[in-house]
Amino acid sequence: MADFINGFWNAYVMVLVALSIAFCIFIIASNMRASGKVGELQPHKWDETLQEWNNPLPRWWMYLYWLTIFFGIAYLIIYPGFGSFPGIAKWTSVGQWEQEMKKADEQYGPKFAKYRNMDVKAVAADPEAMGMGKRLFQTYCMQCHGADARGAKGFPNLTDHDWLGGDGSPEYIKTTITAGRMGVMTPFKDILSEDQMKDVANYVRSLSGLSHDAQRAQRGAQVFAENCAVCHGPDAKGNPLLGAPNLTDDIWLWGSSEAQIISNVTNGIQNRMPAFGEFLGEDKVHILTAYVWGLSNKQ
Amino acid sequence: MANSKHEILERSVTLLIIATLLVVSIGGLVEIVPLFFQHSTTKPIDRQGNPLDVKPYDALRLTGRDIYIREGCYNCHSQMVRPFRAETERYGHYSVAGEYIYDRPFQWGSKRTGPDLHRVGGRYSDNWHIAHLRNPRDVVPESNMPAFPWLDRPISQRDINAIQDKMKALRALGHPYTDEEIAQAPSMLEGKTEMEALVAYLQGLGRALSNFQ
Repeated sequence: MADFINGFWNAYVMVLVALSIAFCIFIIASNMRASGKVGELQPHKWDETLQEWNNPLPRWWMYLYWLTIFFGIAYLIIYPGFGSFPGIAKWTSVGQWEQEMKKADEQYGPKFAKYRNMDVKAVAADPEAMGMGKRLFQTYCMQCHGADARGAKGFPNLTDHDWLGGDGSPEYIKTTITAGRMGVMTPFKDILSEDQMKDVANYVRSLSGLSHDAQRAQRGAQVFAENCAVCHGPDAKGNPLLGAPNLTDDIWLWGSSEAQIISNVTNGIQNRMPAFGEFLGEDKVHILTAYVWGLSNKQ
Repeated sequence: MANSKHEILERSVTLLIIATLLVVSIGGLVEIVPLFFQHSTTKPIDRQGNPLDVKPYDALRLTGRDIYIREGCYNCHSQMVRPFRAETERYGHYSVAGEYIYDRPFQWGSKRTGPDLHRVGGRYSDNWHIAHLRNPRDVVPESNMPAFPWLDRPISQRDINAIQDKMKALRALGHPYTDEEIAQAPSMLEGKTEMEALVAYLQGLGRALSNFQ
């Protein structure tokens, strides 16, 4: 694409290109025949005895030069390159991309259309759709949730029945993929003392039956009720509306060690799942929803 | 042959150098110089001429960009989504020239051992970038990217001292930094780690035509 700031640059390119081609033609044409007498020994000598005959340049070699010149001219006629002349083929890289997208739409559109109006649970039962879902997941989701969808530290496992912000229904999964999720926990470093954090960490560990210091856990219960219950609930079973996890089960997004719990309480958490709706579009989100739902609802 | 024009060129080194330079420069004069005088390569606009939201890097992102270059990220990551379906499906909107006007030099790269990064901004959470840079295997077990654990150190005083001159140099090249932005630059970097700078840079990449906000 040429959108020069003024006509000069268009002319500049055209003139330089035309002159270059004319110059090449002139050079090749004027060297087709040997100048001087053919077969005569040239007067100069190198390395004492090395001399050369005056012979024309090899034909096949010269024709290759002509070929490149004609190729160049044909190229500039068909494709863009000669100033802002777009070429008779009107080729552009974006035009080619649009063609490619159109062709793909024709090929894959019907496949997506087939599932578009199907219930997520029905899509999850379809082996072809699940194949598509798996490939989509491996392209867009595995960086955080892992190729096996079991997540990593700080990135939720999608194969279990534990959901941070809802019930794991198809609607919940679809909303999460489309609009993303935020999970925020306040840092308590200015609110709680180190001792209090240790107490509350032991209390939280006691809730899921992990080894703990009973005395600290007892004190921690009080700290928990005053600081943590607002989001995690008085029974510590979490609050999906806030994305506050259930602390009484054996699922630990960040790990269950005392040190890790203290670190989370100290620094807080800012977790975010980006919104993929606009990037992926509804059709792909639908298939992915079914795939993710199917991971924890094996049929 | 003594009177051939060719021989004049061959026997005078000065003339040969001048003629060679002239011929060699034609390619650049035709293919490179006109790009300095095109709207699409010098202004923040897309192919249709619509304005793009492209801003010069703020002090933190500029520092992050220098860390990106220092660590050689460009050796394995490109920053140009080409207009092929295979790329736009994976990365997002293809790149346009106007997006790079504040990249000196641009980080297009020439090799993809890792994925393209031009549309990486907003695609992952900050936490992901931090975990991934500390040790890529923690989040992507299959990854062969090296770990960069030393990025957790504070931005060096040397870099903080240099930031204003850096921004002034870029302003001389046409980046519209205000005096205020330059005055505040060092305080933006105080107390920040190299990790924060690099993540800020990555999160700002390719936002002008991104689907992630």
